[in-house]
Amino acid sequence: MGYVFKYGDNVDTDVIIPARYLNAPDPEELAKHCMEDIDKDFAKKVKKGDIIVAGKNFGCGSSREHAPVAIKAAGVQCVIASSFARIFYRNSFNTGLPILECQEAASKISEGDEVTVDFATGKITNVTKGEVYQAEPFPEFIQKIIASGGLVNYVKENL
Amino acid sequence: MGMTMTQKILAAHAGLEEVKAGQFIEADLDIVLGNDITAPVAIKEFYKMGAKQVYDKDKVVLVPDHFTPNKDIKTAQLCKELREFAVKMDITNYFEVGEVGIEHALLPEKGLVVAGDVVIGADSHTCTYGALGAFSTGIGSTDMAAGMATGKAWFKVPSAIKFQLEGKPGKWVSGKDIILHIIGKIGVDGALYKSMEFMGPGLAHLSMDDRFTMANMAIEAGAKNGIFAVDEKTIEYMDQHKNEHMKKEIKVYSPDDDAEYDETYVIDLSEIKPTVAFPHLPENTKTIDEVGEIEIDQAVIGSCTNGRLEDMRIAAEILKDRKAAKNVRLIIIPATQKIYLDCIKKGYAEIFINAGAVFSTPTCGPCMGGHMGVLAAGERAISTTNRNFVGRMGHVDSEIYLASPAVAAASAVAGKIISPDDL
Ligand code: SF4
Repeated sequence: MGYVFKYGDNVDTDVIIPARYLNAPDPEELAKHCMEDIDKDFAKKVKKGDIIVAGKNFGCGSSREHAPVAIKAAGVQCVIASSFARIFYRNSFNTGLPILECQEAASKISEGDEVTVDFATGKITNVTKGEVYQAEPFPEFIQKIIASGGLVNYVKENL
Repeated sequence: MGMTMTQKILAAHAGLEEVKAGQFIEADLDIVLGNDITAPVAIKEFYKMGAKQVYDKDKVVLVPDHFTPNKDIKTAQLCKELREFAVKMDITNYFEVGEVGIEHALLPEKGLVVAGDVVIGADSHTCTYGALGAFSTGIGSTDMAAGMATGKAWFKVPSAIKFQLEGKPGKWVSGKDIILHIIGKIGVDGALYKSMEFMGPGLAHLSMDDRFTMANMAIEAGAKNGIFAVDEKTIEYMDQHKNEHMKKEIKVYSPDDDAEYDETYVIDLSEIKPTVAFPHLPENTKTIDEVGEIEIDQAVIGSCTNGRLEDMRIAAEILKDRKAAKNVRLIIIPATQKIYLDCIKKGYAEIFINAGAVFSTPTCGPCMGGHMGVLAAGERAISTTNRNFVGRMGHVDSEIYLASPAVAAASAVAGKIISPDDL
């Protein structure tokens, strides 16, 4: 079960991990500054297994993989949004941060709700509100990458 | 069913007769690009994959442009990792300080990308090369690692939006104004996952530099790629920027007559006015006559969006015999060493310095708040860069207004955002 941090539309990679911290790509370091520019206390408050829920176009902006890496290293188990920016979408799968696209969940879940996620079925359960939402299942090709444990392993197996 | 320009290029690189929107494919890569922020991460992943050699030492391009000349010890470390990898892999197209330029201005200038190519770059503005009629898109470091190791990348074939350009733009209206106008119209996710394909008779009035600026900002509408129909200007540009070593083959693709587009926008260029994007999203656009009184502390002319020679020429035209306002820091950064040298030869450098500008060697610098002009709390900048997100150029309480070089130069002189016509 994860506690939800809720954000709006167009959360960009510059606020997920500001460029001033990109000079040190160590995940633990990045995690300390995750979301700092829109939510100063995020890094202090977030606990392992928590969930980020946001509106449309989450992760827009630069191609920095440091963004999903920072979120994952901060302990976040999953990001749910009504849509993702496409580079962030790729990077999340490639680096092993689970993400789910679900408009209903993105609009109905509130900050502080307790939520569980079933990645196999895409079922999102809002325990606080007693609601269930269905996310799009992953496309088959993406499932192959996930099954390998990310793109690094996928390439390793096929190199 | 017919294919779009993008779909045709992807089909050819996947060895398929035909592809459809939504289909997953694996495509051969003509160029794999990385910079001093993303490549060090990719290099680690590359070794984790068990790779020993890059797939082609001519086709992996490494450009240390973001924090160079090294801005601090940590970035010096990153650049060192990049340099050592380049040496070890015997990378042909690695550009050391002194030769370097901002990647997206540098690659076309060196003839490393031509029409018909498939290019991935671990930098979101890799979409810039669409101006040449190539498919090019930004990806992350892990994709870059896989690309360096295998010469291939996976793609979901995008659907597309067509932009039919008509008419001739007025004075002071550049590619920057056109793309800001379009982003203002469709929003920062208006082309999410899609291609933006630009064509039509209006193209004839757009220089290559205009087109690079427009393709560069396709990502600011969420697009996977932006691509332009190839015409005589494109061919002429590629002829003038041939890479003798690479001997690249130009392949021109046009959309099928029955190509399927999700939407078509007809854009009359003659109706577009100089446009400014207000904080904190590129879609918050206003035309110059709606701007009001906005005083500025800094004006930046440069970046992969607007650091090309034409941008410098326009800035020089406006700044000639004028001076930046007393409390405005004017920072002008040409995007490549060649453009820098041309600015000196053509006398622009002298004009800039006489106007009270800082005129620096190529770097991304202030565009992403790295160095060379970081903003303090409460400060406001007008900038020819591409993103005005919260904290992008420095403090979270600073503000960025995106505009063309003409508007930025005029505003530097006036100390507030104005049209060059009002100087
Ligand atoms: S100039 Fe700015 S947008 Fe362009 S590559 Fe550099 S940091 Fe990125």
